[in-house]
Amino acid sequence: MNPIVRWFHQLGSPPYFYWFAGRAMPWFYGAALPMLLWGVWTALYVVPVDYQQGDSYRILFIHVPAAWMSLFIYFVMCVNAFIALVWRIKLSELLAMHSAPLGAAFTLLTLLTGSLWGKPMWGTWWTWDARLTSELVLLFLYLGVMGLYAAIEDRRSAARAAGFLALIGIINVPIVHFSVEWWNTLHQGATIKLFGRSSMDPSMIAPLIALAFATKLWFLGSLLARTRVALVEAEIGKEWVRESLVNPKATRGESA
Amino acid sequence: MTEWFDMGKYGLYVWSSYGLFALMLLWDLLWPWWKGRSLRQQILHRARREHARQQSTSELPLP
Repeated sequence: MNPIVRWFHQLGSPPYFYWFAGRAMPWFYGAALPMLLWGVWTALYVVPVDYQQGDSYRILFIHVPAAWMSLFIYFVMCVNAFIALVWRIKLSELLAMHSAPLGAAFTLLTLLTGSLWGKPMWGTWWTWDARLTSELVLLFLYLGVMGLYAAIEDRRSAARAAGFLALIGIINVPIVHFSVEWWNTLHQGATIKLFGRSSMDPSMIAPLIALAFATKLWFLGSLLARTRVALVEAEIGKEWVRESLVNPKATRGESA
Repeated sequence: MTEWFDMGKYGLYVWSSYGLFALMLLWDLLWPWWKGRSLRQQILHRARREHARQQSTSELPLP
């Protein structure tokens, strides 16, 4: 078998994933942290003041990466939910379900920082505008997935039901993204474009990109950490769990 | 320095945004750690109890 395919198959095995996640996690956090610190420092101290918005625009460096994460994590959750529903892979169920809390946190952060930015710039904390409302719906979708997962006793049927809800909710992701183009909104359009010219000064783009990467790496580290713990909880009676916790040095999970 | 904290009179909005971000990351970092710790205690507790039970049954006189 192709070694990459084999590695993927191996990763599906709980003891192996537990070992792998434990090894990989610090690298993700370790790579995210310096980028995060540099990004925050540059955003708060180095970049110049905006000619229109003054210092208030520094909220952008948190607000925009958080908003990108709210959509990115939803997408990751749906990919895993789809794999879990089609191939019944237990690990994918856990990956999907444990993406949701951090996704919800980033969505909430987007709404709160947006509110804190909206008050001085628009003169209001909140308005029922297409972008804001669709982002709020995104938060409710995350909360719905988490609530449904928590409400059903059997963990595997809970994951399937919640994964199904997540997949239906993906319709909201393009709505959030395109809301500023489809409707007339108070929220501004995209400043940073993947294709074409961005209407932002290059000195301001650097910390934004750094924070966007840092939050992604952080999420990956966090997802590994959360899924690792969830795996222990799901397989609490199994031999490999006891072995790896009582004797953490005996590793690689080859016993199972 | 005070000028920096003032953020051109937007200090409250800017600093609370960054504060919320820091709080969220901290919560995210602590949750798996805290959850893992409570699970580890649960497993060790169970293992100890099982061990104790095995010990006590082996001490019983054979019928």
